[in-house]
Amino acid sequence: MTVPDEVLDCRGQRCPLPVIAVARRLPELPVGTVVRVLADDPAAAVDIPAWCRMRGQEFVGTVTGPDGPAYDVRRQH
Amino acid sequence: MSVSLVYLDAATAAPLHPVARQALLAALEDGWADPGKLYTQARRARQLLDAARAATAETLGVRPDELSFTASGTAAAHAAVLGGLAGRRRAGRTLVHSAIEHSAVLHAAERHVADGGTATSVPVDRLGGLDPQAWAAAVGAPGVALAALIAASHEVGTLQPVAQAAAACADAGVPLYVDAAQAVGRVPVPAGWSVLTASAHKWGGPAGVGVLVVRKGTRWESPYPADEREAGRTPGALNLPAVVAAAASLRAVAAEAAAETARLTPLVDLIRARVAAQVPDVEVVGDPQSRLPHLVTFSCLYVDGEALLHALDRRGFAVSSGSSCTSSTLRPSHVLEAMGVLSHGNVRISLHRETSTADVERFLAELPGIVAELRAEAGVVGL
Repeated sequence: MTVPDEVLDCRGQRCPLPVIAVARRLPELPVGTVVRVLADDPAAAVDIPAWCRMRGQEFVGTVTGPDGPAYDVRRQH
Repeated sequence: MSVSLVYLDAATAAPLHPVARQALLAALEDGWADPGKLYTQARRARQLLDAARAATAETLGVRPDELSFTASGTAAAHAAVLGGLAGRRRAGRTLVHSAIEHSAVLHAAERHVADGGTATSVPVDRLGGLDPQAWAAAVGAPGVALAALIAASHEVGTLQPVAQAAAACADAGVPLYVDAAQAVGRVPVPAGWSVLTASAHKWGGPAGVGVLVVRKGTRWESPYPADEREAGRTPGALNLPAVVAAAASLRAVAAEAAAETARLTPLVDLIRARVAAQVPDVEVVGDPQSRLPHLVTFSCLYVDGEALLHALDRRGFAVSSGSSCTSSTLRPSHVLEAMGVLSHGNVRISLHRETSTADVERFLAELPGIVAELRAEAGVVGL
């Protein structure tokens, strides 16, 4: 299981806010960094992988833990 | 300052066709009696109903006794699914359906599962096309009572491989139900199905009229308490003037369909190309070639779908959206989800016989500015 370098808590936020949060934060971090986005809006499950595809970033996977669903994204460039 | 209104949501409800309006007014005059009774007024109503059924059956290429009118497209879809399953309960209790069926079909499937049945959802690809191998495997499994496939996606316009799916069903001995709501009156529906439904307000008829066709030899059993009307397939008195108007409208749009396809297909191509070129960070979804002639869908990154709908409405544009914030359930469209495409900032445009090139040009001229304004307000420019 991937250990994230940083966690963005977007619980309670409706899409597109979780996607905007990762789009803002990821470019500030070194290439290779994994960010975990906690998001309880069901649209995040669709939109975070779609954002990764559109932006050429890596969608590592979905993790369901005690904090609810989370989405891991790795900066590729 | 008032803006001129441009209606771009025909996939929800097309504007009433002028022929439907005429037929409706005429039928209100002499189509109000119960067609099942034995007096002069009833015979007149019966004649109108028989003529409407004959005309609709002819357009769909089926026998009149195979066709029943229903109280809506949704009611027809519910009856198709539940009746198709009931008629084949001895063969099995599994419903196979694509992941992108209309919610009316999926809700009927949920009812079936709640009653102890099972449902198998077959995936689609990124363009919204059915996976034919997965479909063949699913319908070939033991215990399948019915398979359901939408003829063309109501959300992204992708035409489904109905002929191929029907062949797989025939090999497995499973009847196929086709939801043709977006196809009827616009594009031909391939043969091979056993049950078909459609909805009049999608083709310029009035709301409140659906069509349910059950081909001869299909094992279908009404899911409703007994009622002798409409060959025992639809309970209750029909709204006969609306049925007459729906039939008249279908005949008219079927006659215009080839010309409308030739006119609307390039307009949709224009929207697909210009939106992709002029709106940054937009994903135009659905199959660019194998698609309905009148429907196009795209998603704008970082834009709230509800805000986009309201902004477009303020400029006079009526459109639909599959974004979660625009649905009562706060869930994204299951169609966009199944395709794995961006679900926020989503807009569905669907054209109709009154849509002009000028309407489309105005939309295309205003959209980039509207999206840019929303992104500036949200502080997401340059992300």
